[in-house]
Parts: sequence; structure tokens; C-alpha cells
Amino acid sequence: MIDFLVNWLANAPVTAVPYALAALGLIIAERSGVLNLTAEGLMLVGALAGAGTCLMLGGYPAVALVAAMVAASAVSLLFAVLVVVLRINQVIAGLSVVFFCQGFTGLVGTLAKWQNKQLTGLAPLKIWPLSEIPGIGRIFFQQDPIVYLTILIFFAVNFLLFRTMLGLRIRSVGENPGAADAAGVSVTLHRIFAIVAGSSLIGLAGGYISVVSVKLWVTGMTGGRGWIAVALVVFARWAPWPALAGALLFGCIEALIPQIAAAGIRVPQYLMLMTPYLATIAVMIWVGTKDSGITQEPGALGQPHVREERR
Amino acid sequence: MNAALQLAGIRKSFDGALALDGASFESRSGEVHALLGENGAGKSSLMNVAAGLYAPDAGSISINGAPISLSGPALARSHGIGMVHQHFKLVRPFTVAENVLLANPKAHFASGLRDIRDAIKKQVDALKFSIDPDRRIDTMTVAEQQQAEIVKVLVGGARILILDEPTAVLTDAEAIGLLEIVQRLARSGTAVVLVTHKLQDVKRYADVVTIMRGGKTVATLDPRHSTAEELTELTVGQTSALPERTPHQGGPTRLNVGALTYTRADGRTMLNNTSFYVRAGEIYGIAGVSGNGQAELAEALIGAIDPSLGEIWVDGAGDISHAGPSKRREAAIAAIPADRYAYALAGSLPIQDNLAVAQIRSGRYGSIVRLDRAAMRRDAIAAVKDYDVQGVRSVKQKASLLSGGNAQKLVIAREFSREPDVVVAHSPSRGLDARACAAVHQRLIAARERGAAIVLISEDLDEILSLSDRIGVMTRGAIVAEFERPADRQAIGRAMVDHA
Repeated sequence: MIDFLVNWLANAPVTAVPYALAALGLIIAERSGVLNLTAEGLMLVGALAGAGTCLMLGGYPAVALVAAMVAASAVSLLFAVLVVVLRINQVIAGLSVVFFCQGFTGLVGTLAKWQNKQLTGLAPLKIWPLSEIPGIGRIFFQQDPIVYLTILIFFAVNFLLFRTMLGLRIRSVGENPGAADAAGVSVTLHRIFAIVAGSSLIGLAGGYISVVSVKLWVTGMTGGRGWIAVALVVFARWAPWPALAGALLFGCIEALIPQIAAAGIRVPQYLMLMTPYLATIAVMIWVGTKDSGITQEPGALGQPHVREERR
Repeated sequence: MNAALQLAGIRKSFDGALALDGASFESRSGEVHALLGENGAGKSSLMNVAAGLYAPDAGSISINGAPISLSGPALARSHGIGMVHQHFKLVRPFTVAENVLLANPKAHFASGLRDIRDAIKKQVDALKFSIDPDRRIDTMTVAEQQQAEIVKVLVGGARILILDEPTAVLTDAEAIGLLEIVQRLARSGTAVVLVTHKLQDVKRYADVVTIMRGGKTVATLDPRHSTAEELTELTVGQTSALPERTPHQGGPTRLNVGALTYTRADGRTMLNNTSFYVRAGEIYGIAGVSGNGQAELAEALIGAIDPSLGEIWVDGAGDISHAGPSKRREAAIAAIPADRYAYALAGSLPIQDNLAVAQIRSGRYGSIVRLDRAAMRRDAIAAVKDYDVQGVRSVKQKASLLSGGNAQKLVIAREFSREPDVVVAHSPSRGLDARACAAVHQRLIAARERGAAIVLISEDLDEILSLSDRIGVMTRGAIVAEFERPADRQAIGRAMVDHA
């Protein structure tokens, strides 16, 4: 029983990291008022860029992860131009980017012959002597470096959003672009920055899957994790720490599936796979039935900003 | 001594309509300077020019005697001009301090927030305000939010404070409190501009008043040395000769509104025992300062809101106060809403669809399974010709491509196509040029001649005076006075402000 628990929980951080990073990236963009549905596509871009870099360089996973971030940011610039500059419907633009990325990464991965090639990824970091504590050591102190980095990133983004002028401006642009504009804050620039900066984290989430967790590229390998991240943002009410908690919860659920199978217990895996969405729907119902108007949802989420014109 | 803020010969037009026509204005430090005028007189436009929001077409702006050009709100702020808008520019989930910090950025968030908090406390103490810098805007009352706006502007170092209709959203007690504070602020050396249409506020709190009418500044004087009558006369202008027309014959009552009451979701009572009647062949004008329930009355009549008490009785249909739009159409009520693009037209649909939609259930254009496009097209072409709708290349073009005046003619063409017994027209000539305006008025008079009962709700007193057979003055959701044609303009003006 103990073995089962340790095996399960030791695997949970690895499954949780992509959710956590992608959700955090989405939170940055959505706090600026841009409804971002691109995560699934950008994670694929990150995964492909990471795996490709690793295969071409024959290693260097850290470089590969940076490449994943850069690639996702570059693609997100397209999304940013569509929704912020051209003010195209954010849902439609987001979905288009996802479908484009799904096709594009499949094409490039096949043409470059990166499919199913084992790559040298990132090894776990043993924090000695804590790593030698029975059970606890395996769960908390034998994870790969990105797991620990993710926690640092959460602190950094939380600080950025709530303790800096830049964060104040990003949030003001998401809550009331009219007031932000009147206060001299450029709505366009701050939204583009939020999209691109957030997308680098989404790219990292994708790169993590291919370079660290699975250690190869398979077409469509994110398998809907981007959509779970979108749901997770709603679940976490656009706040970083609840998003991390939610990512851990969803990560634990996902990590449970192979453990249950290995233990020979028969539970339909689709039931497990749908639990994150079920949890999100439950949260939305809870929020919807609450009387208070405080939903935490950014006030201008999904609304393109047009300067007030006289009637 | 130089004026703190001087505007000279300001002209500004929007889409060809002149909003400011050579307006001049001077505000001095230490004074509360009221800017008085009716709706649409150009008060807000002039102050938006001063705040750098509108670029004037002509005219000059100077601060302390030095001419400047304002290319945007940020530049106006740097010159010490701060404006508190009627609709607050506050981020609701932020605290007061965060809002002030956003508008007055500092290099570092934490230390900046500390400085801002101290600055807010200083202003709050000096002004005897009651707001806490760490409270979120969305937990505050409207009056407190306004305090936050004023503090935000003052922390930014404004020496010229423009308040656009600051008491419009406040209760009486809150308004008095605010105006006393504003007066104290002026005594300490700030130049305060108070944009208002409330005569009592001007009489009690202003040192100087400038009166605007039709985009011009018509007089600047000391309100304490002039009577309310003089100010009213300057605000509403001289009585122009009314057009001749056949006197009303006194037909049967077609519409009776009895003790109509409506309370808005936020608890404000917008209609308070509104009662009046309109006879066949009569135009009943409803005058009043905007925001006294006219919009709600129009919405109750056309069925956009559901009144809590009272009745709307229509000859032949009975009480329709809770009836849906289709029942109202059967009762032969035509609606000309104030916001024609939101309520009257589907902008992205063709003109012919917009015209046909009102009669789609009558069977005139086919049945539920068949649409008689030929009939729609035939009727549309005839209506466009009859009502002189300009700019129509084809009746299949989108309605949103029409200019304001022609869109309004289209609405009237549709609404009058069924020869209505009762017409509800809310600001029917708003935003129209003189020619389109005359055409709309002609149509209303023609409907009157035909025997329709017409309710005309308008903030344009000239429109009310020239069209109405009887005039009701609406204040705080009730008809407080009625006048027969030919009505005395001054008397109406007094009734509008006396009860406010």
C-alpha cells in the first residue's frame, strides 16, 4: 500500500507541471483581458521545438526548453496581432491558432523525421541528503529541476502580477481598459506583452512534456492537456496559487491512472480522464449560484478595446 | 491676474454637426466657476476639449496666460488640468490606492503604493472625505467612488479641477456635502469648474457662472447678483415664434397612463406615480431635465421594462402595462426609440427586412414556410420613396449603412406603415441635421392630423414647444406641471428646475 502511494505521488509532480505552467501562462494573458484558448496549440509547438532542438543538438535539454519557450512566444505573436491589433473575435482566433498548430507541428515533425525518436532529456535532481529519506525523499527531493523551477516561476509571476507597476497595469487593462487608457496605460502593448510572456510559459509546459516527461516527439502528444489548462484557469478563478493547487490535483488524478492499471484494479480510464472537466464544471456551477457579483473573472475578459468615440 | 484656464473661440464639430461654436471660458484660481446649460448645449464638449480628450477645430487654450496645445489627456494632466467624468474611470476590483497609483505611476510598486497612500490620506483629511485608501472600489457607494475620483485627480497635482455633472448620481445630502467640499477646495487655491444643469447648485455654490446655449457661451455673470428667472432665461433662450397650426379638436382619450411606478434594480425609483393622458389627434410633449425618468417612461410604454405598479390603458386594447411587444403592436402602438440602432433596427440586415419585420406575422409577406420577397421588395421601394430615405442604392443594402437621419426615417416608415393609433417617440430628432429633423417633425404632425395620439419625449425644449398640443414637465419620475399650447418657455424652464 505504501509502495503504491509513493509510486503514485512521486509521479504526480511530473504530470502536474505541464498543467501548472500552461495555466499560469493563460492566467497572465487572461488577466490582461484576452480570452486565450491557444494553450493546446502552443504546447504542441513547444513540445515539437523542444524535441527537435534536443534531437538536432544531441542533448542540451535546457537549451531545448528555452527553444520551446521562444517558439511558442513567436507563434503567440500571431494570435496577439489577430486579437489585439485586428480585434478579431478571441474565441475564433484562439481556436484557429490551435488547429493551425496541430496541423503544422504534425507536418514539421513528420518531414524532419522526429517522430518517435528517443532523446536525451533532463535527469532528476537528487537533493542529497533529503532525497534519501524513505518515501518523502522520492516524492519531494528526487524530481527534475523544472519541478522546482515551476514553484519559483509561480512566486515570480505572483510577484509580477500583484506587486509591480507592470502587474498593476496588466490587471487594469484586463479589468477596465477604458480607465487604464484614461490613465495613460497602453492597452495594446500591455495585452501583447501579456500574451507573449504567458505563451512562453505555455511553450515551456509543452517542451517539458516532450523533453523531460516522455522524452520523445509524437504527433498530437499533448493529448488535450492544453484544454485542461484552459479549464483549470476557470477552476482557479484566475489566481496563480489556486491554479498550482488545481494542477497538482489534476496531476495526481492523471498519475493515478497507470498506477491503478499496474495494481490490476479495473476502473474505466475515461472516467478518470474526465474528472478535471467535471471538477471545473462543479466550480463554475458553484460560482454561478453564488449571489455575490465577485466572480474574480477579469472584467473585460474577451472584449477588444476600442477607444470611446462620441455618439 | 491671469486666468488659470482660458479657452477662447473654441469650435468643434462632430460629423458635420457643430457642437461648439466659438465658445470662450475663463476660470480663476480660488473660484468655483459653474458652467450652466441645457443638455446638448456643449458644456461637456467644451470641458472635454480642456481635458485634452477632444481636439478643437479652432480656438486657443492657455494656462496661467501661456498658450498651450493639448494633444491628449496625459498632456492636460501634466498642465494641472484634472477632470472627473460623469462615468467614473475606476478599476472596480482595485483599491482606492491602486487606482490612484495607476493614474499617477511611480517607479516602484511597493514604495509607490506607500507614498500614494500617504498622499491620499493627506487629501482625504484636508477635504474631510471618508474613504479608506485600502478599500476596493466595488465595495464602495457611488458617492465614495466619486470621492476616490476627486482624490485621484488631486493627488495627480491638479490645480484646475473640472467636475462633469458631479451631483447627477448623488442623493441630495451627498450632493450638498460634495459641493461644500468643492467650495472649500476652491478657497484653498484650486480653480474649480462645475458643469451642471441644476440652477440651485449654481446659486448656492458658484462664484461665477458661464451659461452655454447651442454651443456658444452666451453670458458670464455673478450668480448671487442675478435671479433664477434671469439665469433660466439665459439658459433656455428667447421664445421663438411657434408655427401656426389647426387647434386641437379634443378627440377621445386614446392613451391613459395611470400612476405608473418603476423601481430600478439598484433601488432608485425612476417612475413615481407618473400619470397623464393623450387624446386622439394630439401631441403630448414630455419635457424635463434628462435622468428624471423620461427614458424609463419611454421603455415602459414600448414594453422594454415592466413597471411595478400602475396602468397603461390604450383605447380598444385595455391595460397593456405588462403586455409583450406583439400585443402592443396589435394595440396599434408605434415606437420610435431614442437609440434607433439598439432597439429599432437590425443594422446588419437589409433595409427591406428591417421594414418587413413589423408585419411578418400579419401574413402580408407570406406564411411561416414561405417568404414573399417580391412583396417585401415592392413595399420597401415604395416606403423608401415615400419617406424620402436618402442614400439607398438598393433595398438589399445593410440598414447600418444609412446615416442617422435616414435610419430614423426608415424606422418611422416602418412604424407608420400600419397607421398606428398611438405613437411613442423618444428623442426622435436626436443627432439629426436640420433637414432630417424637419422631415421627422412633419411625419409626426401628419400622424396627428390623421388622428393618432402621440407621446413625444424629448430633452430638446424647442422640439417639445413647436410640436406639442399639451406639455407635461417630468421631474423625479412624475409629471409635476402641465401646460397648454402656446406654452410659456420660461414657465416650463422654471418648472423643470424648480422641482429638481
